[in-house]
Amino acid sequence: MSDAKINIVEAPAGLEGQGFFATSLDSLVGMARANSLWPLPFATSCCGIEFMSTMASHYDIGRFGAERLSFSARQADVLMVMGTIAKKMAPVVKQVYLQMAEPRWVLSVGACACSGGIFDTYSVLQGIDRVIPVDVYVPGCPPRPEQILDGFMQIQELAKNESIRRRNQPEYKALLESYGIE
Amino acid sequence: MENVSNQQIIDALQGQFGEEAIYGIAESHGILQVTTEVEHIVPMLHFLYQHPVLKFQFLTDLGGIHFPEAKGQELGVIYHLHSLENNVRLWIKIYVPIEKPEVPTVTGLFATANWMEREAFDFYGIIFEGHPNLIRILNVEDMDYHPMRKEYPLEDATRDDKIDELFGR
Repeated sequence: MSDAKINIVEAPAGLEGQGFFATSLDSLVGMARANSLWPLPFATSCCGIEFMSTMASHYDIGRFGAERLSFSARQADVLMVMGTIAKKMAPVVKQVYLQMAEPRWVLSVGACACSGGIFDTYSVLQGIDRVIPVDVYVPGCPPRPEQILDGFMQIQELAKNESIRRRNQPEYKALLESYGIE
Repeated sequence: MENVSNQQIIDALQGQFGEEAIYGIAESHGILQVTTEVEHIVPMLHFLYQHPVLKFQFLTDLGGIHFPEAKGQELGVIYHLHSLENNVRLWIKIYVPIEKPEVPTVTGLFATANWMEREAFDFYGIIFEGHPNLIRILNVEDMDYHPMRKEYPLEDATRDDKIDELFGR
């Protein structure tokens, strides 16, 4: 068993002794959250195809605890927006975000979701950060699955190191208010 | 099945509506194009639909167009007809002034014109009189202009990551 190639998540830093282990609740909750993030794929175009590859066995997003896709916004932790968002679609993205429960993260995948990409035109939203706050941007047109995984790992880092009270901070509330949320 | 020549179509139309009503006759890729007046368009489509030989019974497409320089006939509507039986196609164009962009609807003849006319209204602001539900079809409902008119820029005014220097402009 000792040489089995199984990766187990490392315990957070803490005080260890005979029969006990002490650490902060923040880091324990962070560890649990980071390794069981349920993504909600919001795939509208070619970046969505890259996501399918990311999700499938070759790249396997399940290695990061995210194999359980949540197609219900209420149970999702990460909103992955992949693809061009037309202005007519913007209220839909926002509504999906509003339906998600805290804590929630947003991963913007690809040039279109990040900035409008090549679609510099009257009908396309010039970046989803105009309607919802974004945590991690993944550049590329479309980005390769490795890049999407890297973006996802950045979200994991955020989840791991986030203070439990972050969502109650006035800064966070001000951020949401700047988007007209709550 | 008999072969219908473009000249036959011209003769049939001019015989019915008069020579001065059919002008701008041209041919592109073997497809006849004619221009007519707004008041003729509905009777003309009915005539072509019911014609015993021509049988233009399929409205392939209907689109708008904008020529800002053509004073008095800035906006146009183009009807693409197809006679499935003869395998012949026909374009009919009409032009209206931009101050009064009113065109009668053809939804009474072709049900498929419903969405096409809504699209032309959405993008060019052409008013199809008698249309059962003339509202925007593709753009956001609260858009306050008709984006394919040439006075409006194609690019989004809110874009802020395109620095002219980097794009050689």
